[in-house]
Amino acid sequence: MNAGSGVPEIEIAGVTKQYGNAHAVLESIDLHVAKQEFLSIIGPSGCGKSTILKLIAGLAVPTSGTIRVDGMTPQNARETISFVFQDATLLPWRTVKDNIGLGLELEGVSNDRREKEIAALLELVGLKNVASAYPRELSGGMKMRVSIARALATNPRLMLLDEPFAALDEMSRDRLNEEILRLRAEQNWTAVFVTHSVSEAVFLSDRIVVLAPNPGRIYAEFPVDLPAPRTSTIRNSQEFDAIVGRVSHTLRETLRQ
Amino acid sequence: MRRYAITALNALAVFAALVVLWQLILWVFRVPPFMLPSPWAVVRAVGARFPSLLNALAITAEESAGGLVASIAVGVVVALLFAQSRWVRKMLYPYTLLLQTVPIIAIAPLILMWMGAWILAVAFIAFVISLAPIIANTTQGLISVDENLVHLFLMHNASRRQLLFKLRLPHAVPDLFVGIRIASGIAVIGAITGELFAGSSRVGEGGLGYSILYASSQLQTDYLFALVLAATVLGFSFLFLVMFLEWYFLHRWHESARAPEAE
Repeated sequence: MNAGSGVPEIEIAGVTKQYGNAHAVLESIDLHVAKQEFLSIIGPSGCGKSTILKLIAGLAVPTSGTIRVDGMTPQNARETISFVFQDATLLPWRTVKDNIGLGLELEGVSNDRREKEIAALLELVGLKNVASAYPRELSGGMKMRVSIARALATNPRLMLLDEPFAALDEMSRDRLNEEILRLRAEQNWTAVFVTHSVSEAVFLSDRIVVLAPNPGRIYAEFPVDLPAPRTSTIRNSQEFDAIVGRVSHTLRETLRQ
Repeated sequence: MRRYAITALNALAVFAALVVLWQLILWVFRVPPFMLPSPWAVVRAVGARFPSLLNALAITAEESAGGLVASIAVGVVVALLFAQSRWVRKMLYPYTLLLQTVPIIAIAPLILMWMGAWILAVAFIAFVISLAPIIANTTQGLISVDENLVHLFLMHNASRRQLLFKLRLPHAVPDLFVGIRIASGIAVIGAITGELFAGSSRVGEGGLGYSILYASSQLQTDYLFALVLAATVLGFSFLFLVMFLEWYFLHRWHESARAPEAE
């Protein structure tokens, strides 16, 4: 599944992150993410999962070590990165349409082109009939769809997703997981996906990294060689269960330490 | 709609009960009219002196509206300044507290001495007293934006300007309205206080405050009541107008404005 061309999308080398004089949140992290890979990061609370995403996005600066995104510093690579936050983080005073167009608007894309992009995205994520609704009127799942559409609007090469479906019920979560895979198959972005849910990670990923806490560090890595394209039925297969079992077991180990 | 009708009916019923109680007190305790006029006498006073009453009301309305609009304009600009850096806030915020705590009664004569006893000076007093809540609430709204939203804007390389006008300012609008609601009430108080000190060079041109002072010195208690009633109506109209605007601008997206309730 990996295109595996020359430069990896993300190179994290010897990164440690510490806030003030407190214990390190992350310690000597080395991680490469290939172009068009779907990587999930999973781990117990407080292991620095979200911090890794913030570092890749350049929203936080490592205490030591280096991070390169497509060979550039995170700040310089921002134009190619989209971030999906844990809550939908929509602007409540904007309609669905205008929320989706926010990134394009901030980047100075002309009105005409913006309208066209938005229309295409509304179609893509199935929000056409709520285009003029305000976020207040939407369910949690729909808000998340808007958030994803907004992230896709700027045509990212790298998507960073920080537990985007944590607050949703299982059915919406499964539906959105399938949606994510479909969108990604169409658009070929690289993804780093932070989650608490093992089955979600297995369903989505090419590779899973398990972090251990205190200090946050990489504890284990699992390739996921389930066939593509993955559909909902794969969740009932033995291979799927086997991988979920192995990852869950490792996750419990990190807690016993 | 029906809920509002019931609310209005309840309010009317209480009003009627108060008027009846008022009349009963007059009958039972035989209060002389210069101490407490009858409700009917107040109505008559309104009718008899309607033009001068309206004139006084208009003057006070102008002064307090002018003061309020000025405090909104200046208050928002100051809040935008405050939102720029924690340093500016730390340095200047104590002075907005000062603005809030200085007794307006004490500085009104000073302002009138400096600016002269005329309509603009009274509007300035209304402005001074209503400024603090606008600054405080708007600043709070500007700086209390969710961190992830700021991150979102940063991910799109948003400029400071975009952050301010596309994120912080719209986010602060509900808070701004809370400030305006508070300010609208005290702007009227400020204007009337100013008028009490300003007096009038020409009779009948001193606004409600001056007229109240004059009526009380002449023991025209029925007219005094009429003036107090007019002041109340003025304050209420301001509040109502602000609440309507708040509803108009916010009801589509903001929770608090979905069902405006009288306070």
